Amino acid sequence: MNFSKGFFRENPVFVQLLGMCPTLGVTSTAINGLGMGLATTFVLLMSNISISLVKNLIPDKVRIPAYIVIIASFVTVVDLVMAGFLPALHAQLGLFIPLIVVNCIVLGRAEAFASKNGVADSIFDGLGMGLGFAMALTMLGSVRELFGSLSLFGFKLVEADGILLFILPPGAFIALGFLIAFINHFRKTA
Amino acid sequence: MAQKESTLFNMISSLVVVTLIASTALGYVYELTKGPIAEAKLAKKLKAIDEVVLEYNNKPVEEMYKIPIEGSADSLEVYPAKKEGKLVASAIRTYSPKGYGGNVWLMVGMLPDGSIHNISVLEHHETPGLGTKMADDAFKNQFLGKNPASFDLSVKKDGGNIDALSGATISSRAFGHAAQLAFDTYMKGGKHE
Repeated sequence: MNFSKGFFRENPVFVQLLGMCPTLGVTSTAINGLGMGLATTFVLLMSNISISLVKNLIPDKVRIPAYIVIIASFVTVVDLVMAGFLPALHAQLGLFIPLIVVNCIVLGRAEAFASKNGVADSIFDGLGMGLGFAMALTMLGSVRELFGSLSLFGFKLVEADGILLFILPPGAFIALGFLIAFINHFRKTA
Repeated sequence: MAQKESTLFNMISSLVVVTLIASTALGYVYELTKGPIAEAKLAKKLKAIDEVVLEYNNKPVEEMYKIPIEGSADSLEVYPAKKEGKLVASAIRTYSPKGYGGNVWLMVGMLPDGSIHNISVLEHHETPGLGTKMADDAFKNQFLGKNPASFDLSVKKDGGNIDALSGATISSRAFGHAAQLAFDTYMKGGKHE
């Protein structure tokens, strides 16, 4: 339950509309969406675990700064590891990796879930929300890549120019709008 | 276990402990990734150099030297490629601030007479699908084998010889400008034979 809610019922992108900055910013290709989604999943999982462990040791009044320090540390770890071992992806995602710190999904789950629940539940919550976010970003990236450059995960499907608009920032808004409408249609009829 | 009281001592001590643990862990990760990050950067640089110069058997990265840009405090990095001690070409890391999204960084491979052997795009923030096409052969090949002394690198709209990318005249100008800067600086700043 704590795991599966992140995919559709409470999907951070399609339902809660959180974390719009990376969602709209990096999803020009499916690979970028997936990479960003997995990086966020790692941060979310690790921060949920640590915060559920230390929640009683941190006085209420300073919990937000303490959580942000924890989250920022894991983000820096992701940033360094990615720069060292996946330099190509790191060059693509660049600025958006440090910005995971201020992704409201991460602090949102820390505040709304991990600070009130045990470790096991927090692990499932973090994984579910993170993978739900990754799924949403990959879907949006696939749609934009498909229409914008007629390829998918880097494989060119048709040798021609796509609809440039989908690669550009306005295309992110348009594609996201249609995806949400599509998903809402199924949520209502299901 | 009950929640800790928000007394001044508790607040300060818990923040100190959290930041201490975080900074220790980060220092450790930094030490761990320092090597791979440096290697990845070097590999990227070497790949760009290999792309733009002729066959060489020295170590261009170790022999790198800087030439100051005329009328500016900045300087360009030059990587000399030598074969049997003789200069065959130089890779020049050049840039133009005139890009549509900030600086456009190029690696220009130049023969000793100043003609352009090859160009590799290092870093830019141009519009995807428009300015990013500057890395495509169709645009780049206009520069290859040309000597900027006799070949005007500006776009046709400005009276030069380069067909600008459609929808990305600014990016095309920046590309030509960066190559021109490499040529000017290299020819004036002296080649280290």
